[in-house]
Amino acid sequence: MLRRISTALYLRSWLLLLILLGPPLIWMTVIYLGSLFTLLINSFFHLDEFTGQVVRGFTLQNYFDLFAPANLDIFGRTAGMAAAVTLADTLIAFPLAYYMARFASQRVKSTLYLLVMIPLWSSYLVRVYAWRLILAKEGILSWLFEHLGLGFVLDGLLSLPAIGGPSLAISAIGMFLVFCYVWLPYMILPIQTALERVPRSLLEASADLGARPGYTFRRVILPLAFPGVVAGSIFTFSLTLGDFIIPASMGNSSYFIGQAVISIQGTSGNIPLAAAFTVGPIVIMIVYLLLAKRLGAFDAL
Amino acid sequence: MPNANPPAIRFVDVKRFFGDVHAVDGVSLDIQDGEFFTMLGPSGSGKTTCLRLIAGFERPNAGQILLHGQDVSNLPPYERDVNTVFQDYALFPHMTVGDNIAYGLMIRKVAAEERRQRVEAMLEMVRLPGIANRKPSQLSGGQRQRVALARALINQPRVLLLDEPLGALDLKLRQQMQIELKTIQKRVGITFIFVTHDQEEALTMSDRIAVFNQGKIEQIGTPAEVYEHPATAFVAGFVGVSNLIQGEAARKITGSEAVFSIRPEKIHLAEPETPVPANSFGADGRIREVIYLGINTRYVVELDGGGELMVIQQNLNATSMDVLAARGQRVRLVWDCSHIRALGSAEAGKN
Repeated sequence: MLRRISTALYLRSWLLLLILLGPPLIWMTVIYLGSLFTLLINSFFHLDEFTGQVVRGFTLQNYFDLFAPANLDIFGRTAGMAAAVTLADTLIAFPLAYYMARFASQRVKSTLYLLVMIPLWSSYLVRVYAWRLILAKEGILSWLFEHLGLGFVLDGLLSLPAIGGPSLAISAIGMFLVFCYVWLPYMILPIQTALERVPRSLLEASADLGARPGYTFRRVILPLAFPGVVAGSIFTFSLTLGDFIIPASMGNSSYFIGQAVISIQGTSGNIPLAAAFTVGPIVIMIVYLLLAKRLGAFDAL
Repeated sequence: MPNANPPAIRFVDVKRFFGDVHAVDGVSLDIQDGEFFTMLGPSGSGKTTCLRLIAGFERPNAGQILLHGQDVSNLPPYERDVNTVFQDYALFPHMTVGDNIAYGLMIRKVAAEERRQRVEAMLEMVRLPGIANRKPSQLSGGQRQRVALARALINQPRVLLLDEPLGALDLKLRQQMQIELKTIQKRVGITFIFVTHDQEEALTMSDRIAVFNQGKIEQIGTPAEVYEHPATAFVAGFVGVSNLIQGEAARKITGSEAVFSIRPEKIHLAEPETPVPANSFGADGRIREVIYLGINTRYVVELDGGGELMVIQQNLNATSMDVLAARGQRVRLVWDCSHIRALGSAEAGKN
């Protein structure tokens, strides 16, 4: 009996594929794509100003509203933060990933792997609140700055317009630090994987043909690691773009996209506008992913 | 002290250790300008490490490496006038074939037009014209091998290093590339240093061969010298078929217990009781195994006095039926006294 089933499945591999992929595919289409589709539909409805009820008729008004200066500000602020975090994480992750891939012994490498992964085992909320304590006005960082006689540096930073604030825990600088910290592992691992795939003989060949280490880095290592960088940046960029907890716990009244969505659909109950707001980052990410695909980022995942 | 005509490469008692492993253990050698020099040995014998020492990928723990009289022991690879053809070819996957070959010229800031011309000329020489715009992934193994060769030769190095470059090719292609490499070397006239574990390859192409074993050189000589006059039991065993007789078995044949070697093609397979001519040795035995190889046949003969000898006979008139029927038969082996090599050490190499 079992043998006949095995044979039948072996001869008709499409059947096996259907059995294995069917349930997850149904899940994906109904739950995931379905909700995205509902979101899209909702973004074309509008709110009746008198009754507060959702009117199910087609309008592009929500999308026009997105282009109001206040909303453009929110998009700009969020995308700017996402870009800054991505850039900083790339700069921090690359040397470490390079060390792990090229120089670390097997032992050191697995220890580093563990150290990179360990933070991911603890709750993200706990880590954010831990950082709030570190960055607070009476926190260890201010204390350190004071005792090094560098208190004026911190005060100077915090007095900067737009990115400053009353303390590091309530400022764009602090938010930036925490974003960089929480998404760093997602940048290290893809870059490390990409670098690991560069055979040593390619570097030797480059040196053999007369290239100094700097030239080899620019012409061989960087181009081959680039898909890994792009893959990592997809994580850091999209995660920052969609996050609302860090801005909510560390920000001031200047909203990020995630906060705006919550406030629009919660406080003012304007589900259609909130839906339109959500389509914004989705479009940004689709454009980003298409670009990344052209750069070969998905070959390194 | 640079003299009038220093050798292309000189090793002075070079040592390279990896932890406890003595990869290269006191190697001294001279390689002349324009020579096709082969480093032959089993894996782990130190031949590839020697090549990497010349290229600069490794640095010696002790000793000196001179390149045309200049001490390069502590120079990085990019300061040395040598180029390497890697075992895995090491072509840059993100560049076209043309950019791969022009890489060395780019570094030397050769003008774009001259680069293009020289790349075309190189592709012509390795008989792959018009593929400059392809990516390495679109090429076959043999084509990649030629591109790697072109990429190294375009820099006109004074020494070219080849690290088992034919290992990944199939037999036919390998034999073709052996002849081609030799032709190219004669044409460009630069020193080729070739690393291989394939003794046939070494005998086919080389001007001289160095046989490596356990980090040391066992013998340096022309292919004929190494084959006909192996200096040690290891060389006798590694180059050609291992045919060593020693101790009591040797005494019964030659009258001395010293180990000797005899090449299998020098032995005549005769009927039992055939008289042994003057200046010849004879030994009786029984054919244990027959291996029919088309152009010739290998017989493994168990000697009555102990030991075994391989005998190779050309299939002049014999058919496969004839030779296979010989299994189990008694024979007398006869060979000329001058063909045996008395050897010092009893340690035999594996083939």
